[in-house]
Formats: sequence, C-alpha cells, structure tokens
Amino acid sequence: MTKTAQEFFDEMQAYGQDTRKIYLAYDEWLAGVPEEDLVAKRAEAEVLFRRVGITFNVYGEEDGAERLIPFDVIPRIISSKEWTKLEKGAIQRVKALNMFLHDIYHDQEIIKAGIIPESILNNEQYRPEMYGVDLPNQVYAHIAGVDLVRTSESEFYVLEDNLRTPSGVSYMLEDRKMMMRLFPDLFQKYSVAPVEHYPQVLLENLRSVAPQGMQNPTVVVLSPGAFNSAYFEHAFLAQEMGVELVEGGDLFVRNNLVYMRTTQGPQRVDVIYRRIDDDFIDPLVFRPDSMLGVPGLLSVYRNGGVTLANAVGTGVADDKDTYIYVPEMIKFYLGENPILQNVPTYQLTKKEDLAYTLAHLSELVVKEVDGSGGYGMLVGPKASKAEIEKFRKLITEHPEAYIAQPTLSLSTCPTLVEEGIAPRHVDLRPFVLSGEKVSMVPGGLSRVAMRKGSLVVNSSQGGGTKDTWVLKQKRKAANPTAAFPGVKTTMRVQEVA
Amino acid sequence: MLGRTADHLYWMARYIERAENVARILDVTYSMSLLPSEADNELALWTDALRISGSESLFEEIYGDVTANHVIRFLTMDKDNPSSIYSALRSARENARSVKVAMTSETWENMNALWLEFRQYLKQDLTRTGLSEFCEWVRSRSHLFRGVCFGTMLRDEAFSFVRLGTFVERADNTARLLGAKYLAFDESTKADAAIDYYEWSAVLRSVSAFQAYQKIYSNAIDPLKVSELLVLRDDMPRSLHACYDEIMPIIEQVSGTRQNEARRLSGELHAKLHFSRMVDILKDGLYEFLDDFISANAEVGSEIHRSFISANS
Repeated sequence: MTKTAQEFFDEMQAYGQDTRKIYLAYDEWLAGVPEEDLVAKRAEAEVLFRRVGITFNVYGEEDGAERLIPFDVIPRIISSKEWTKLEKGAIQRVKALNMFLHDIYHDQEIIKAGIIPESILNNEQYRPEMYGVDLPNQVYAHIAGVDLVRTSESEFYVLEDNLRTPSGVSYMLEDRKMMMRLFPDLFQKYSVAPVEHYPQVLLENLRSVAPQGMQNPTVVVLSPGAFNSAYFEHAFLAQEMGVELVEGGDLFVRNNLVYMRTTQGPQRVDVIYRRIDDDFIDPLVFRPDSMLGVPGLLSVYRNGGVTLANAVGTGVADDKDTYIYVPEMIKFYLGENPILQNVPTYQLTKKEDLAYTLAHLSELVVKEVDGSGGYGMLVGPKASKAEIEKFRKLITEHPEAYIAQPTLSLSTCPTLVEEGIAPRHVDLRPFVLSGEKVSMVPGGLSRVAMRKGSLVVNSSQGGGTKDTWVLKQKRKAANPTAAFPGVKTTMRVQEVA
Repeated sequence: MLGRTADHLYWMARYIERAENVARILDVTYSMSLLPSEADNELALWTDALRISGSESLFEEIYGDVTANHVIRFLTMDKDNPSSIYSALRSARENARSVKVAMTSETWENMNALWLEFRQYLKQDLTRTGLSEFCEWVRSRSHLFRGVCFGTMLRDEAFSFVRLGTFVERADNTARLLGAKYLAFDESTKADAAIDYYEWSAVLRSVSAFQAYQKIYSNAIDPLKVSELLVLRDDMPRSLHACYDEIMPIIEQVSGTRQNEARRLSGELHAKLHFSRMVDILKDGLYEFLDDFISANAEVGSEIHRSFISANS
C-alpha cells in the first residue's frame, strides 16, 4: 500500500502508522489478502449484480445496455459511538424539518417570528395547493436522506437534506448482501449492525400514516416505469415489502378515492409510496403533459382519501435556499441545539457574501440553488481559469440562483481502484423514516468518488458505493464463563472505538 | 394482481414460446434443406418457414429474394422483424423487467441471464454455421424458463397468466405449422413418397413428436395421422387439444364466479377439440379447420385481455 501525504482525514488512516482502532482488525485481514483476490471478488460481485439486474438504464443506448454502479469491496466502518451521534443528529434534523413543513403550510409561525423571511413562500418548491391540508401524524417527509460528510475525527457536516424522493437505499441493502456473500469471514471478526429489516420498517412506517380509520391499509409503490433510471430500486422495495409496484396508468380516481386496476376488478389504495416528482403526479394540477401521474390524485389527497409519501411540497424544505435556516429551525421548533452542523454557506443575494465569494472563487464550491446531480457546480480548487470566469459571469448575472460554500476536506476511505488500494473521497447518506415514530436503521449509503481527487460522489458522475458498517455496541459480558458452567466461552466481544 | 402485471407476465411467456417455435421451425427447415433435392424444393422450404411466421410481406419489403441466408437472418437477429427471435426475446425480457416484482427472483434471474447470453450470439454470423446450435440454445432456454416458473412460482394468478401465455402462443404455432405444411402437401402434385416422408417427419420433429408418433402408431408416416396427433391427441404436449386442456381450466380459475367471453370461447374451443373426430374434420377440410382455429384462438387472446387486463376503470 502506498503511503500518501495526509491531506485529508482518512477513515482508516492506514497510510501512516496509526490505523484507527475500528479498522485494526480489517487492516490486519487486508494485509493477508493479495490484491488480485480483491480484484477477483469485485469481478464476482459485478457478475452477480448483473445477473440480478441491479443496474441503471442509460438513455439512448442500443440493445438495452444497462450500467452497473461501481461497487467497492472495501467497507466503510463507523463506530457505534459515532453512529449514536449521527443518528440523534439526523433524527433531530428531520423532526425539525417535518415541523417546519407543517408550519409553513399552516400558521407560518416561523415567518411571524422573523426567523425565515416571507420570501420563502415565493420559492418554486412551495406548493400553495398544500396550504391548510392536514396530514396524518403531521408528517411530510416520511423517507428522508441526510447527506453527511466528514472532515475530521470528530466533525461531520450536513451537506444537504433529501426530502422529495431520496434514492439509494437499495444499494445499502444489496451492498450488504454482497459483502456477506463475498467476505463471510469478515462478519465473524466484526459484529456489524444488520440493515436487512429496512423494508419491514418502511412498510410499518407507511402503514402507520394511512388515512385515519384504516384498519388494514393497502400500500403501493408508484414508479414512473421500467425506463426510469431508479427502476431497480422501485421494484426492489415493492418486492421486499410485498406490495404492488404500480405505474400511473394502473391507478384511477373514482368517488374521491384512489383505486388500482386488478385482474379481479378495482381495489382501493390507501398509501402511495411515490417515486415520481410533484410536477408529474397529477396532470390536472401540475404539469398537464405528464403521462406518469394519476388525474385527480391531488384532490383525493387533499381530502384525506389517500396518503402520499413523501407529501407534496416537501421540496421547499430541502432547497439550498432553505438549508441555511435548518439550525435555526431546530432551535425554534425543538428548543434544542443542533447536533449536526451545517456547512457555512454564503448567500449571494447578500452584498457582503457576494463580494467575498467573487474574491475567493478559487477556494469555494459554488452550487445551483435548485440543482441536483452535481452538474451545475464549480469546485474552485479543481477548476480551470476559464471555468472560474464562466461562473463569475453566471453569479454576477444571477446571484439568486447560486450559493457558495468553503471547499470541505471530505474524508477519504481506502478504495480498490486501477492503481491499487488508494484513498478516495466518500460521503454518507443515512435514511430517516418518519411516521407514528421516527426511526433509522444503523447504516446508510456510502458513496465514493472513484476518480482520484474528485469530490463528486454522484452516481451520474461516475461515483460508486461501499457497504457501510455500523458496529454494534460492545456487549456487557458481565461474566461470560458463568453462563454455561464447564463450557469454555467462544463468544467474541467486539472491539469498538 | 394488477391487470398490467398480468399482461406483462402473459406476454413474457408468449414471447418466450414464440422464440422457441421460430427456432424449431428454422432448425427443421435447415436440416430439410440439407437433403438432396431440387433447388425449387429448397426455396419452397424457406418460403414455408416465412409463411408459418406470418411475415412474408415484411420479408419481401426488406430482402426481396428468398434465400436461405436471408431467411435465417430475418428470422433470427433482424431487429426490424417483430417476429424474429431477437424481437421475441427482447420483448420477453422487457416484459419481465416491468414485473420483476411479480415473479420469483429465480425466474427473473433466469430471464436476465437469457438476455445476457443471447447478446453473445448477436455478435456471431448465424447464417448456416452455428444455426443448429443457436436454435438448440433457444429451445433449451425456453425449457429452462418453463421449468423455473413451474418449479419456483407460487400457484397464484401470476403463475396462471404465465401458463396462459405459453399455451395460447403454442396452440397458435402448432396450428400455423400444420396448416402451412398441409397446404403445401395439398398443392403438390408430385407423388414423391420419399420427400413426403421427410417432410412429414420434419413436421413431427419440429414439435418434438417424432418418437411419440412411432410409439403410438408404429406405422409409416401418414399426413392424416400426423394431423390427428397434433390436433386431437390430448396426451401430445404440443397438440391443440393439450393446449386447451391447460387454457380452459386456467381461465375458469381466474374468472372465479364471473362470467365472461374468454371463459365461454375457450370452453367452446376445448369442447370442439375434445369431441371432434378426424374424419369429420377432414370432410370440411383440415386447412379450413386450422384456419378457423387460429382465428378463434386469437379471439381467446383478445378476450383474456378484455376480461382481466383492461377490465376496469
């Protein structure tokens, strides 16, 4: 393994002498595994992923070409102590965001209190159609993905909240399945908290937010169809939950209720886990040219005849413009201090922020306010002069469309790449489920930028995934030998940082 | 189950069966063409293959001349021919992809593996060399598909629609094959016993019925007995009667207490196959009988769609 100058915090720290405690056993194991074995395991994983069809569609390619998201065989390990903090922080954050969404579509106390400017009501993602609509348990973002990055041993930042239709959870589950298959011995060395029950927790969560009075609600997953790039995940979740995977054309509205067309006639639907954006969900209300949605759905929804997860109008809360106010929301709604920090953000509509940004473009990251997928983005330290000048012009012309943030030193994690095992930048997206209760499964999707030095982890930009191991809390083995007299205990007590 | 899901499952199975039948016809035509015969005869063989697949006019548009290479290319890898093996397998997989949720993971993985393997063949030139091996591959893949469905799927509606697709398509294919060969036989004026023998044994082989024929009739190959075997015998798995022995009860079952046209039509067709005698069929003409059957079977297909798939809104 090559030793690299330590520019960034590395999850394993294997390049110096001081491997982090939670990685010790892994490091030791890795030292005994020739690199070609890892390469062979990765090839095996690819064959399996292709066979199962864990692929995403590439538009416009011949013969139904489908691509794999690169899977890295080296896990990202998180200690139980770190996880406890992340879990508390993410739950706190999503609770506050749900309270904010309820507030912004009802009494708007946070505006009255002067914490968020009234201009938020002009945000494109604010849906006036939702004003005054009461939702079961007052939950809007039933499934939330909180994107986290790490910059040092103790510092985690929230990069963004995903409250519309966050994806990636199927990779969390499939990566785990794959790792257990490829490296069963590692799971004996480490006691990794299981994540496989996620679909069951999701189903319970969705059932708990059914329209009031429903005894045995029917849940469905609504997908744009087999040509959508995330179709695999839609099908996967429906299958794991044992519910129907429907498309817009399978549903229809009659007498203020939603039904699906079955071989035995119409059947009522109570909860729709929809993976279609707001804009396409009901051509009568939003985009009239949408073929993906269900005409009349929104009217049933507003009358409480069906639950949509996530709710319509959550986009106003995960917008980059709103992001800066989340710490304030936590204080306002929960009376607590935020456990997870925001990345400091410059608002370019503010004069002093704009001036600072223009003067420091080569050090900053500039993002589109309503962009996603890492397309319209400037990474100052990596950008050419021409790119910087292009963004200078864009920002000066449309300061409202951009924000700027300091370039974070995203942590790296050892990753198997062409040159061998080398550090690559990672982020982490854990998923928060809100219904009657708020819960998380211990894990998430670790995305990794496969290109050297790249900070962009999005799969559309060639990012890969890693299995994320949250270690279980050290068991209090009070007196293990006493439990079975005469039997030598073989219980393994996990070392945890 | 969702009507759309039923539709995808039904068509997935139909397309697999279709690919298998095209492969069977091609394989037999190819081995026939290796027999010493006049050039005219060979041409007639390949024309028959086109006629059975019902795509003569499209072929003429794309290729013009009937040659062995053209027909092979047209029926195997031609992306513009909706009846080619390429199109059938591609449609099968696309239907499967849309309803992964409704099948067992083994069924899906099998369908997916089929497509991945097939893509290897795409790179090869199948005209003549390699054709037999390819046809055998398609056939065994189809066997595997039925096996994995039968061996792993819950006996619920999903399974019923998969089976329906298989047998509706199979009935259609057997009727077409027999019809085309019978017509050719009727039209031919030459009484060449040897050619007849090979032609009719080829028909039998193409539906894996050669050994069955020998076993049942232990006699010279007689076109009328071949017809009886493929139309009326209920113990011959690719016969029309055997197909309707499967189709009718499945439609009964998915209909439950509901009355519908699919149920009535399939019952009527089944009764006809169950109670008819070959002599009576021949009186009115076998070709006419098969022609009527093909239309009635297609009608059953549309009624399945009307009764279960687009029934409610």
